[in-house]
Amino acid sequence: MLTVDFTKKLDHFTLSMAFSMNDEIVALIGPSGSGKTTLLNCIAGITQPDAGIIALNGTVFYQSGQKPLKIQKRKTGYLFQDYALFPHLSVEENILYGTKRGSDLSHITALSKLLGISGLLAKYPHQISGGEKQRVALARALAAKPDILLLDEPFSALDDDTRARCQEELHKIHEQWKIPVIFVTHLKADAEKLADRIIKVDQGQMTEQGLLERGGVVGTEILKADFI
Amino acid sequence: MTPYDLSPLFLSLKVAGISTICVFIVSIALARLMVRKEFLGKSIVDAFILLPLVLPPTVIGFALIVLFGVNGPLGILLENLFGFRVVFTWIGAAIASFVVSLPLMYQSVLAAFEKVDPRWENVGRTMGVSEWRIFRTVTFPLAWPGILAGVILAFARAIGEFGATLMIAGYIPGVTETIPLAIYFAYEAGQMDKAIFWVVIISALGVAAIGWVNYWRRKNAIRIGRE
Repeated sequence: MLTVDFTKKLDHFTLSMAFSMNDEIVALIGPSGSGKTTLLNCIAGITQPDAGIIALNGTVFYQSGQKPLKIQKRKTGYLFQDYALFPHLSVEENILYGTKRGSDLSHITALSKLLGISGLLAKYPHQISGGEKQRVALARALAAKPDILLLDEPFSALDDDTRARCQEELHKIHEQWKIPVIFVTHLKADAEKLADRIIKVDQGQMTEQGLLERGGVVGTEILKADFI
Repeated sequence: MTPYDLSPLFLSLKVAGISTICVFIVSIALARLMVRKEFLGKSIVDAFILLPLVLPPTVIGFALIVLFGVNGPLGILLENLFGFRVVFTWIGAAIASFVVSLPLMYQSVLAAFEKVDPRWENVGRTMGVSEWRIFRTVTFPLAWPGILAGVILAFARAIGEFGATLMIAGYIPGVTETIPLAIYFAYEAGQMDKAIFWVVIISALGVAAIGWVNYWRRKNAIRIGRE
């Protein structure tokens, strides 16, 4: 279970997030610059909150007054916006980057098959398409067997067909892996198609939470009435 | 076969080579520190590293004599610890080359590290990879074109160093006679043929170095820097 309850002062507003989640898919939706990526960065440990707590399955990532847990120890799979594949490494080297020598790679073989990237392993990032990059980045994020998956605008650079396919694959992976998944998007359609729950964020505040049954809203809780 | 003693060539390569190796290590450590850490007096440290760029070589030479001379604090320390002198030796020439070429290499490496997208390092961290391995396998290879340019600049500056070298190492044929000193003293002695010979050699070294860097960059530009 992921518990998030923290504040962090940003340039124009204070990011204030409080929610908890189980092994579900949560979509963070909101306009650009509303603090969504900063939330992912705080969970991953790339940046630190000013106060509060972040904990996953009993392991405290951050707590006010304590030394934050190192990024390397958090076991987060992070798919960055634009994927951030290492340009000087092949697809295979990208995916295996975080794995230790001699470790069991059967899950990576299965992932590569599921994502349809087995034929790309010898290629370099500049030799593959946007959709392929997205799948490689997803395989890389999952290769080190993370306890949580963070996806920053994973579908923003994809055409409609590729987007639908990638969403389907992500869905399959989640059903197999059963870990908390948080994905950031500014498109409501993406959120409704994929997520179990939507959290709307604006100016650093959670304005609305909605439970979803794939494809439709079950119920929403308005947290801040002036959300547009 | 040449009519001239080639020892200035070998001495220059030795002095510039050792100086460049030291500059390479120190500038990478300094640039890494400056990119990653915020600390009090950071801009002063930065200015101090870059100072030799704006100082006349004679001032650098003077400072080195004060520090490494027989009565200088570092000169006394080195003589007591290791039993060797810096002044009027090739080591003095290497130290002078080190000081004048460090800021060039440092600037190139700093710019190269700043150009590496921090997301790549963060990807490695989220995958549980150690800082050292991330540096070795991501930061360094991606910064390598800029670092290489710095190496060539530093080597070229080191091999061409004259003023500070003359002050601390002096002109002792066969001992501290680097190519720039050989050119100057050949000209002073009216040996124009000898001076021209060394001018051609040092120019050829410079052209070869620049040509090689350009070739290497073209060859690797296709892969590195694109995603």
